[in-house]
Order: sequence, then C-alpha cells, then structure tokens
Amino acid sequence: MQEQLSRRKLLLGGAMTAAVVLVKSAFGKMVQTGIPASTMDPTKVQGPLPGPLGSRSPFEQPQRKFSLTSSQTPLQDLFGTITPSDLHFERHHAGVPAIDPNTYELMIHGMVERPTIFSLHDLKRFPAVTRTCFIECSGNFRKPDKETITPQEICGLTSQSEWTGVMLSTIFREVGIAPKATWFLAEGGDAAMMTRSIPVSKGLDDAMIVYAQNGEAIRPQQGYPARLLLPGWEGNTSIKWLRRIEVADAPFMTREETSKYTEPVKDGKIRQFSFTMDARSVITYPAYPVQVEKGWIEIQGIAWSGHGKIAKVEISTDGGKHWYPARLQEPVFDKAHTRFRYLWQWNGQSTEIMSRAIDDTGYIQPFLKQIIADRGIGTGYHLNPVTSWQIRRDGQVLYQPEKWI
Amino acid sequence: MFKHILYCCVLIIACHSENKPDHFGFGRAATQQEIAAVPAAIPPDGTGLPPGQGTVSEGSVCYAAKCASCHGNTGTEGPFNVLVAPDTANAIPFDQTVFRVKAIGNYWPYATTVFDYIRRAMPFNAPGSLTDQEVYSITAWLLYRNQLINENFVINAHTLPTVVMPARSKYVVSDN
Repeated sequence: MQEQLSRRKLLLGGAMTAAVVLVKSAFGKMVQTGIPASTMDPTKVQGPLPGPLGSRSPFEQPQRKFSLTSSQTPLQDLFGTITPSDLHFERHHAGVPAIDPNTYELMIHGMVERPTIFSLHDLKRFPAVTRTCFIECSGNFRKPDKETITPQEICGLTSQSEWTGVMLSTIFREVGIAPKATWFLAEGGDAAMMTRSIPVSKGLDDAMIVYAQNGEAIRPQQGYPARLLLPGWEGNTSIKWLRRIEVADAPFMTREETSKYTEPVKDGKIRQFSFTMDARSVITYPAYPVQVEKGWIEIQGIAWSGHGKIAKVEISTDGGKHWYPARLQEPVFDKAHTRFRYLWQWNGQSTEIMSRAIDDTGYIQPFLKQIIADRGIGTGYHLNPVTSWQIRRDGQVLYQPEKWI
Repeated sequence: MFKHILYCCVLIIACHSENKPDHFGFGRAATQQEIAAVPAAIPPDGTGLPPGQGTVSEGSVCYAAKCASCHGNTGTEGPFNVLVAPDTANAIPFDQTVFRVKAIGNYWPYATTVFDYIRRAMPFNAPGSLTDQEVYSITAWLLYRNQLINENFVINAHTLPTVVMPARSKYVVSDN
C-alpha cells in the first residue's frame, strides 16, 4: 500500500496538469489528482489511478434545475432510457428526511390477520423483483409562454430507474389482508408524513416496496431506505420513506388526494383519483437551446405511458400535416420511458417538428387544445400535450409556445 | 426403462419448481400499543379522532401565533397556501377560469382532512408540535373563516364529521 501511494505521488508529481484538485484516496489520505488540460496529449502522460468511486468527466456537467419544492431532470442531456440516480427528479413536501436503515421500520396494520413490523433486513429477505419503469409527477407540465425553454423545464419531472424490491402482493399475503379490504393508506416518514390512499387492486397487481435504484440502495431523495413504487401511476402515490401501511375498506381522503392532485373538469366537477399517467412524448433533440445544421438530423426523444407499452411514436416535420413512424429502441418495457429516433434531412427551410406517442391501448397523445376542450381552461395536473419545436432558417431551435386561453 | 425415464422427469420437475411458502414468517408482530402510538389518519367518518375539542376563539389566537406568518392574518394573504376561500363553492366553476383560488371553503370536500393535515404536517417549521386541542381550535377557526360553521360551533370528534363541505358534491372519481 505504502509503495502504491508513493508511486502515485511520483506519477502525479511528474505529470503536467492543467488543474490540481485534492481527493480522498482509498487509504483515507488526501492526494492530488490532476485534471489533464484538453490541449495535452493523453497518450503522453499517465492518468489518475483507480479509486473507490468513479466520477463524471469534468467536461460533462448535467444539472437538475431546482426550486424550493422540486428539481427537474435534464432530459435533453440524457441518452437511452435510464436516468442517472443523481439526476432523478425530486418532488417532496417537507424536505428529505435522514433515516437510519438500522432503525427503519415499516408497520402494516388495519384489515390484516397479522399486524406486522418489518425491518429493512426483513424486507430484503423476501423474494426480490427488479423492474424498469418511469416515475412522473402528475404536475409535470409548465405552461410555457416563451420560446427559450428546454425539455427539462417543460417536463423534467419524469425519470426512469431500474428498481429492486419486494412485490407488495407478497407482503399482503404475508400479513393476510382481509378479503373485504379495498383500499390502503401509505404513509411516508418525512416531516409531511405524506399520505395517499391506494386501491388494494393496484397493491395486488404490480405495486412494489423497493429498496434499490439502478443497482444500489435508493438515494435519500428517492425514498431511502424504502419506498412504495406504483408503476405508471402519478408519482405522488409512490410514497417515499414508506413507514406505514394501513389496510382499510375506504379511502382516507387525505389532503394530497383532495385539495391537491385533483383537477377541475367540465361542468364544475373536480376529478379525483386520476392515478394513471397518460401516454406522452417529448423530442429532446433537437430542442432549445441547440442550433442545427442543414442536412441529416436524427430527431430523438422519449415516450412513455402509464397504461402499458409504447406502441408507436409518430413524428411530424411539417407542423403536424404529415406524420411518420419513429424507430423505437428495443426492448420496449411496460410503463417505461422508451427512446425513439427518426432520421430527417432538413432542407434549411423554417419548419416545426413534433412527436406524438401512441400506447398499446390505442390512446394517442393529444394536443393541448384537445385537453382544454375536453376538461376546461381551469383544469390542471395530468397535462400531456404534444410539444413542438420551431426550426428557424438559421438553425436555431425554439419552443413553440402553446396558447392556453 | 420407461419407468426410469419417468422417474427422471419427475425428479427434474421437482428440482426445477420453486417452493413458495404461504407465509415466510419474516418481521415481528406489531403490538396494540405500537399501533395505537401512531397518529391515526382520519377518514371522513371521523374514526380515530382524539378526545378534546376546540373553539373558534381559541383557534383565532393559536392561528395568529403559529400559522399567520405563512398563510396571512386572515388566511387569504399568503405568501403560502391560501386557506380561506375568497368566494363560495357556487362561484364561477373551476373548469371555466384559471384565476379562481382553491381553498378549504370552496375546494376541500371533507372537514376531517383539515384536522388530519394540520396534525400531521403543520406548522411547516415544527410539524407535530401542536396539541390535539390546538389542532381542533385551528380547524374550528379555519372552518369559521370559510363560512362553514358559526362562531359558537365547537369542533370535536363528534361534530367535525358533520360539517357540510359545499365542494363535496363536485367531486367525481376518475375512470382512469
């Protein structure tokens, strides 16, 4: 070890570096590590040696855009379908709680034969399942009134991870839920003690209690050490920092399912328990703020549906007059972000490009005017309109603002 | 020979089928004391509401001390969530305007939710710090300010579920 350390010193001491930063070595000592200047020939200088944790290239700095209550995933900076865990969107109502996994407990009670308390260790002993799906906040739409807005700002409250945990149906069987049970309350261990009522049918279908995200323990911002995961449903229902489940025969009518996460619809009605996220897509390239060149452009983006698989994504490059099928990246997962691509030869004329998702139920992603016509101008939440981008003659790409009223 | 092959098949099936118990026995039994120690989520029928009661006048004092800095002196000013509706449930329908403020009096369908939410999450800087009586009192004051109860109405486990919320009839369940 000592020998290795001195070798490292020697190597770094002899190398030309553009910048020097201090990092903690595997041996707990602060050592210098060099960031090579871009002008240097990396074939003529030794690089840093292996360390305990990897890091992004200093040339890559994707960032979430955050406010007091949420942070948005930089969709335009990502490839494929997995959201790096540190770029997963956040929405929480009282900050991120610090929970010790050794004292963490999940209580399940109410209409069950055996009220039980599970430790994290207990949860991990059950047969595990891994699945990839998106989580999207049902408030994932900003009414943009300007052209200079990115995919991240329009709909960055959706992210995708590979989740691992135990099926809630396994846990329900373990505690013996009553045949007459129809709803359950899920409660978080944050300072808001967030609660939502969930139909037992979802719990028995594909709900999970997950403790891992993208191969490692869930991040605190995503619910460490364990959260509920309801694939395809509005993100708020996938209660993070899950500490209690109460099985019942009616919804509890919590604040989050009455005064929030409900939407005005026609005839003065207020729609409640709109759980499923409808199909949606967004072009992430080309999109503001990029500037494109005349010639071949591979249009790409993501599409997803809480109802099932994405069956088709259609692209229009003439403002919606004609639509052509995009290629979908296989494998296409159920209730998951799906990457689409469409090769297009731009002739240099100004135009408008847009995408629309179609899922395996046949649902077609609507335009904003269709949503408003259906629900009224005072509606909110669950807004999934087609997003279009103007391509100017000089190659500048700008958002095409939608008229709300 | 046939018997031998059959035996092998049975053996292979046996080896490859996973046994799954009805019950793993993981976790430990939750005691009645442990269950009772958790503040209940209060459904519309009021099950789980604690003993005690609150009045509008007590609530007025408590609100001013612990809530007004975020929600305004009369519950309409903000800067955070407006709690007192500036109109009634029968004003211009919510779907026809983008400007109408949603508050307890015109948008919330159940009075029990007010108690439940204040008790679990408020005040924002000190959640869980209010006594049940304080929660009842603030609930009473908010319902009064929203013109849902009169000034002398006492809020307790029996009366809270009886408060009529005008928005209740507007709610429809999504067909998803």
